[in-house]
Amino acid sequence: MEALMNWLEAQLADNSIFTLQTLSYYGQGLTTTVQLVFLSLIIGLVMAVPLAIGRGSKKAWLRLPIFFYCYVFRGTPLLVQLYLIYYGVVFVEGIQESWLWVILEKPFVPALIAFTLNTAAYTTEIFRGAIKATPKGEIEAARAYGMSRGLMMRRIVLPSAFRRALPAYGNEVIFMLHASAIASVVTIMDLTGAARFVYARFYAPFDAFLFVAAIYLCLTFAILYLFRYLEKRLLAHLKPASG
Amino acid sequence: MIDLHGYGPRLAEGALITIELGILSLILAVILGLLTASAKMSRSWPLRRLATLYTTIIRGVPDLVLMMLLFFGGQIGINMFTDWLYTQFDVDIFINVNEFVAGVITIGLIFGAYMGETFRGAFLAVDSGQIEAGRAYGMTHWLVFRRIRFPQMMRHALPGLSNNWMVLLKTTALVSVIGLSDMVRVAAEASKATREPFTFMIIVAAIYLLIASVSEWGFARLQKRYDIGYGEAD
Amino acid sequence: MKIQKILSLGVLGAAMIAGSANAEIRDIRIGVDVPYEPMEYRTPDGELTGFDIELGNALCAEIGIQCEWVVQGWDGIIPGLQARKYDAIMSSMTINEQRREQVLFSDPYITPPSAWFAPADAEIGTPSDETLEGMTIGVQRGTLQDNYVTDMYGDVADVNRYATADDMVLDMDSGRLDAVFLDFPIGKSTLLDSEAGDYKVVGEKITEPKEYFGEGFGIAFRQRDEELAQAFNEALATLKDNGTYEEIYAEYFGE
Repeated sequence: MEALMNWLEAQLADNSIFTLQTLSYYGQGLTTTVQLVFLSLIIGLVMAVPLAIGRGSKKAWLRLPIFFYCYVFRGTPLLVQLYLIYYGVVFVEGIQESWLWVILEKPFVPALIAFTLNTAAYTTEIFRGAIKATPKGEIEAARAYGMSRGLMMRRIVLPSAFRRALPAYGNEVIFMLHASAIASVVTIMDLTGAARFVYARFYAPFDAFLFVAAIYLCLTFAILYLFRYLEKRLLAHLKPASG
Repeated sequence: MIDLHGYGPRLAEGALITIELGILSLILAVILGLLTASAKMSRSWPLRRLATLYTTIIRGVPDLVLMMLLFFGGQIGINMFTDWLYTQFDVDIFINVNEFVAGVITIGLIFGAYMGETFRGAFLAVDSGQIEAGRAYGMTHWLVFRRIRFPQMMRHALPGLSNNWMVLLKTTALVSVIGLSDMVRVAAEASKATREPFTFMIIVAAIYLLIASVSEWGFARLQKRYDIGYGEAD
Repeated sequence: MKIQKILSLGVLGAAMIAGSANAEIRDIRIGVDVPYEPMEYRTPDGELTGFDIELGNALCAEIGIQCEWVVQGWDGIIPGLQARKYDAIMSSMTINEQRREQVLFSDPYITPPSAWFAPADAEIGTPSDETLEGMTIGVQRGTLQDNYVTDMYGDVADVNRYATADDMVLDMDSGRLDAVFLDFPIGKSTLLDSEAGDYKVVGEKITEPKEYFGEGFGIAFRQRDEELAQAFNEALATLKDNGTYEEIYAEYFGE
């Protein structure tokens, strides 16, 4: 490790911008970006499943609020949602005295809330579409077996809907990665935050932003290949027989 | 009534900037998209490579990063050029990339890549027999494009086009970060000054929803127009 | 034929522009980042004012030129100068070596210290590695305060970087920041004298080391505009001699 650091230091010797210090900013930024995106996707995914089922419910009191939530969060910029939550929580009566403030004080959690609500809305719509596309015959077969609605959802509808949703969900993951760049607007030192810091300190836009663009590009490709692999594994049965 | 603390007129101006920015970048994106789609389908491999490189890079990097790169970096690139002109030829010219132009160029460039995919799919969906029929009538290349390929392509491209426009509209919010006074920036300033983030941000959100709803209606009408000649069952 | 015409027109135009560049000092535009009270800010009806604005106008009057102010965010203020969006920057810009590589500075026109500010009821000792440990500190991105705090305390404290001083004050008000590090006059007017909350200065005012804090605020020009910088230096010396500088200073920093 020591040797590696020394080697790195020697490599960076005649370079005033990419020092060990700035590289460590990019490193921490990478960690923050990955945490932020990963956590919001996971929580958003968990929220989206019941929301997607509720969205297709026959009961208006259940269906309409979910529809409205999706409509608003998909129809407005994430930046507006982030501002609303980051600056908005401060003005909730009494929040600064409560225990909640300890976590809301840092910009990470308000950003996480905004991102999660946003991705949950998109994912709900993706699942909704996938559930709707369930072949009628499968449902009829399940009914004929006397399955209850819950059992049918769990055993028949959801498993195949998840598979159908996979390609669209892959796009959503990449979209979230890119959208997370705005976290830097509320002082979070994510990848873009690190790039803005380096730019402002050295007035070197090309170095700062091209470097970070390359990192994002690598992350995007990694996600792309992961989903391609998953599709291959999980959607093998949908491939034409001859292939 | 809602008290806007005198920010009403500026908010309206900001909304206008958002709309102008959206429409101008949409036009640029459509032009770039058509070019990219043609390049991707062309017989020359350097053109195909170039188009693929463009769409891959644009779709792999966050909008905000591209915007900052082009806005901050583009200006410095131009400066290097004009400084070189000055030292070499003593010519002192002044090229100013303002935030609005930078915004239109960046957003247009980003969505040109997405439009390229949309248009490519749509062009491929046009029945090649139609084109051959056009040729058989002795139509020129351009005439075939204008009378046959374009109108039929649009029918297939409209859903994707409308989708891209909705995303583009929301992307315009990012220009507030590089300093353009669109409605998000005005609302952010107003929230900070008046300490009433809810009032201003909710108004801005409502305006976005309004624009989105109006354009959804507009696209539905367009789709109807381009669907003429196709049955409902299609 | 046509091409020749265009070419000759171009050469003529270039000669004219080049000619005017070497002649008398012309009217200029000055870039400024607002708000940064009391150095530069807007009155409620939108008028630009502040120490920089008034001194700048006085300097222009002394030189005998018209000056127009152009508002520009701090992030892009030096690129904007090089892009000729304006011809000078007078916006509380500290003279230091890093910036000298990019721009030409006038003589310093004021040398304000930086200082730590914190809520009045906060218990923070004189800032040091120990007292700041685990705290959240606010600075404006790309300022000398950012560089200083990042290098000195970046390892022990969280540094939140803001695009404008405004955003920083808002987060301080809402309790997201434990302390901010600012130019003293700006902190005094936006925090100490404001009605939003109770604040205090923590520790001494800071002007050392010079490596960070430089020699004070200077007016920045493009490196080749030496005559322009010279004219401003001479005007500044005159205003200091005839008492105009004193008057403006007293208006913004007097007791």
